[in-house]
Amino acid sequence: MKPPPFRYEAPRSVDAALALLGEDAKVLAGGQSLVPIMNFRLARPAMLVDVNRIEELAYLRKRDGVLHIGALTRHATLERSDVVARGWPLLRQAVRHVGHPPIRTRGTVGGSCAHGDPTAELPVALAALDARFHLRSKVGGRSLAAAEFFVSHLTTALREDELLVEIEVPPLPSGARTAFAEHARTHGDWAIAGAAVVLAPGHAAIALLGTGPTPMRAAKAEAVLLAGGSAAEAARLAGALADGEWPVALTTALVRRALEEAGA
Amino acid sequence: MRITVDVNGRRRAADVEPRTLLSDFLRHELGLTGTQVGCEHGVCGACTVQVDGEPVRSCLMFAVQADGRAVRTVEALAGDGEPLHPLQQAFHERHALQCGFCTPGFLMALEPFVRDRPDASEEEIRAALAGNLCRCTGYEGIVQAVRQAAREPG
Repeated sequence: MKPPPFRYEAPRSVDAALALLGEDAKVLAGGQSLVPIMNFRLARPAMLVDVNRIEELAYLRKRDGVLHIGALTRHATLERSDVVARGWPLLRQAVRHVGHPPIRTRGTVGGSCAHGDPTAELPVALAALDARFHLRSKVGGRSLAAAEFFVSHLTTALREDELLVEIEVPPLPSGARTAFAEHARTHGDWAIAGAAVVLAPGHAAIALLGTGPTPMRAAKAEAVLLAGGSAAEAARLAGALADGEWPVALTTALVRRALEEAGA
Repeated sequence: MRITVDVNGRRRAADVEPRTLLSDFLRHELGLTGTQVGCEHGVCGACTVQVDGEPVRSCLMFAVQADGRAVRTVEALAGDGEPLHPLQQAFHERHALQCGFCTPGFLMALEPFVRDRPDASEEEIRAALAGNLCRCTGYEGIVQAVRQAAREPG
């Protein structure tokens, strides 16, 4: 199938893009989710605002210990970055599960987040990392935590006139170990369940994939770990957030695997 | 819209509708029918080409997005009457194809990998080709061909 006709704009700056956004306009980033949907004619945006030529959105830099990810950063750039591997290994562990290499060369971090697919890996990893999402519109900007940014299935807090411009990731606590585990029917397919884990002395973060319409933090399981509880007990509490017999079993097993990989 | 694209080292200019997929532009406008169109939603990998050196799905890019970029298709690997590219030769020798529909996509996805990762493990080779579907071979010959081409770059 081919997409229906649309008006096409390829602005060169964030300001120019913001001037175009509004009702019936859709942002085209890597296109690895939007273009299939358009090819199937499940989406028929009147206008595409292609942000691929906005160079000011393509950056990956560490400043004062904080990682700043420009929304147009490709998955492959994140995957190949030594700065990410050293400081935020969870992002590399997670991004390797995103599609396949020729998807990751085009797909963007901002696109993965703005699409709001609850089976996407990076939003789950970013939720575990306490990332903040920076949004801009013609009238100003705002910054949201993962729990505020991801609203529901394929729905984020982004308004029609807003663009996700940056994702900011704080430094890991010292001595932190991280792990990402997921299950998909076939390699590179959409994950059915998964877990992203950050463990450090006095710190525990567990974010779940597949237990709801958004990435979900397993707060009770985190509290149990901080109180000295076992990985098995934490995994049981986290798994209980899934719905149905096998999803509970699967999530429990994946959380336990991730916790053990992270040294719990 | 008027676009100018470097395709296999040749400057090509054309007028395209914004909705024209890069895969259709290559096949219909330029007659480069080596690039195959399979699923048209990014799953099968048959339409994989290289844009600025990186393998991408040409069915998930609009031709207008290739304006000013360098696109490389399977036709660039070996011209008519020229010896096969080492990766093509390895596919030939290792029976890495049967019907051949998926082959151009495999070649364009794997060519940079073979060049950049000559010491790749079997697990890494399998991960590198996991985005391309082949319904004939069972992949064994393809994995062997990649290993051979990485060892013997020609």
